[in-house]
Amino acid sequence: MRMPKWSFWKVASAVCLIGGLYAVIFRFAFGLGASTNLNDAFPWGIWIGFKLFAVALSAGGFTIAGAVHIFNVRRYRPILRPMVLSAFLGYSMFVISLLIDLGRPYRIWHPLVMWNPHSVMFEIAWCVTLYTTVLFLEFLPAVFEKLEWKKPLDLLHRAFIPVVIAGVILSTLHQSSLGSLYLIVPEKLYPLWYSPMEPVFFFLSALCAGVAMAIFASWHSSRSLGKELEFSLVVGLGRVLAVLLAVYLTVRALDLEHRDAFGLLALPRRETYFFWLEIALLAAPMVLLFQQEFHKSATWLYFCSVLALLGFVTNRLNVAITGMEASAGLRYFPKREELAITLGLVALAFTLFWLAVKYLPIYETEGTSTAMAEIPSANPVRVRHGQT
Amino acid sequence: MSKAILYDATMCIDCKLCEKACAERNGLPYDDKVAAEQKQSEHKFTVVMSQGDKFMRRMCMNCNDPACASVCPVGALRKTAEGPVTYDGSRCIGCRYCMVACPFSVPKYEWNKILPLVRKCDMCADRVAKGQPTACAAICPTGATKFGDRDALIAEAKNRIASNREQYVDHIYGLNEVGGTSVLLLSSVPFEQFGYKTNLSVEPVPVLTYRALSHVPDVVVLGTVLMGGICWITNRRAEVAAAETAEKEAGVDKKRERR
Repeated sequence: MRMPKWSFWKVASAVCLIGGLYAVIFRFAFGLGASTNLNDAFPWGIWIGFKLFAVALSAGGFTIAGAVHIFNVRRYRPILRPMVLSAFLGYSMFVISLLIDLGRPYRIWHPLVMWNPHSVMFEIAWCVTLYTTVLFLEFLPAVFEKLEWKKPLDLLHRAFIPVVIAGVILSTLHQSSLGSLYLIVPEKLYPLWYSPMEPVFFFLSALCAGVAMAIFASWHSSRSLGKELEFSLVVGLGRVLAVLLAVYLTVRALDLEHRDAFGLLALPRRETYFFWLEIALLAAPMVLLFQQEFHKSATWLYFCSVLALLGFVTNRLNVAITGMEASAGLRYFPKREELAITLGLVALAFTLFWLAVKYLPIYETEGTSTAMAEIPSANPVRVRHGQT
Repeated sequence: MSKAILYDATMCIDCKLCEKACAERNGLPYDDKVAAEQKQSEHKFTVVMSQGDKFMRRMCMNCNDPACASVCPVGALRKTAEGPVTYDGSRCIGCRYCMVACPFSVPKYEWNKILPLVRKCDMCADRVAKGQPTACAAICPTGATKFGDRDALIAEAKNRIASNREQYVDHIYGLNEVGGTSVLLLSSVPFEQFGYKTNLSVEPVPVLTYRALSHVPDVVVLGTVLMGGICWITNRRAEVAAAETAEKEAGVDKKRERR
């Protein structure tokens, strides 16, 4: 913490947080018209883009929880808790940005009571509510351990597997339904992104993003908190990421082929450039991760994960913004307040993550009462995580 | 019987009485400044657009299977049996998905209000429910905007085109667009000229999302069975491994005895 690097990030976070807070006050005082560049032709902007990628970057929660608890890949257990934490924070930011984005945020509970099962948004409302609850439950053990509350910890132990299964299913539904949102706009979303396969793309890319987040988080934790993960573990994740990225990119290419959309790839248009940026950011780490020599350095693995994460952020922003501009007949660029709120939420997530890691047992999974890591049955593999 | 509005642009004289009647019915201000606006907005639900001596109206198409109603998470937008697509502001949370989803980009938002609502033409649902024509149709002096049974109006529109082929574009806009709408348009100039999309599918738009949504129960049921099953296998393995280790620790002799 004495590193000067940290004080830079602290200052940057503080600036973003203060700017975001100001913008939130501004938005509620003067309304959406004054605080955004949204209009009737372009009713969804960067906050929707933020929501899409916040959820994608939260995918580490269900991928690693599924790997550890359902598929019993125990060696990933040390990163489970940080991933659940990142997902919980990602979803919390989703909910906060939703409260800011909704015209009447005090009615946020309406979808839970006034049903319309034909609406993707209705499905999303339920998934977010339930999965945020699940993430909260998955995260609670860390709090209970800190407070040394044995009884509730025990209770959570018992319900753990059903909770994890529910989490994986809810995530699958939620990740894909964010893609389904755009199925309704075949004439509005640019054909490089509009596809009947959109829900599948969103789900697959979430899997990739989940693994990339795991690499990203482990590097940061080792740098800033001195809590290192087994290096072999990170290398393993790098391989998984390479394969998942290859699958994702192949499916995207096949989809373009099936829709006869290859011709669009060479059109000198804004959409084309942003599309290639997105693909380059995803293809580069895939190629790099398939090279053995890159597996020797944690920094390279980290670099690859950052590229992939940026690729998915670009993808979500392309779907939400770039791909919708042409049909709206305008260029959208977020207003100062919109950007300030988005950056503020990112800073808030990082700050809360840092605080949680500092004060809660997030990286300690060696203890006996680690509910996150434990299934009631004893497991001898626990003694040395990360070693096969 | 489903009701509809037939607007025949060739009979329109751009008097804008429909705009005025619409504003009155919806309690919106209407003056020369508003009359001059050529765009639909949160304070102008219908517009008579003009290009030289050609005119075209724009209002909510009141689709037969509306995208807005299908995407609304709280069911604030609904298609009534008589034809109108209504909006219940007391339910609206302000997610604006209806605005994104509408193939005609009809719903508008009160961007400048602190607590905004969506605004759009609802085909005078209260009047239609009482058997009255819409305000715009009732006031139209030339009969360019006509209210009636949808089927009867379609037959009439076909007749008009058939009996006067030079005057009309051979297309009833709204007959099949996105599965048909409760507003039908006739024109002497191509509809694109007034910004009407002609690349719309004849399939109702909600089908696109419903196809995906209908898989949700399958994912839940299959997912639970699959995850539960995998869990059962992997944990059984872990239990066996644990038991074996315990046995080894307890002593090899005991193990032999049992065998």
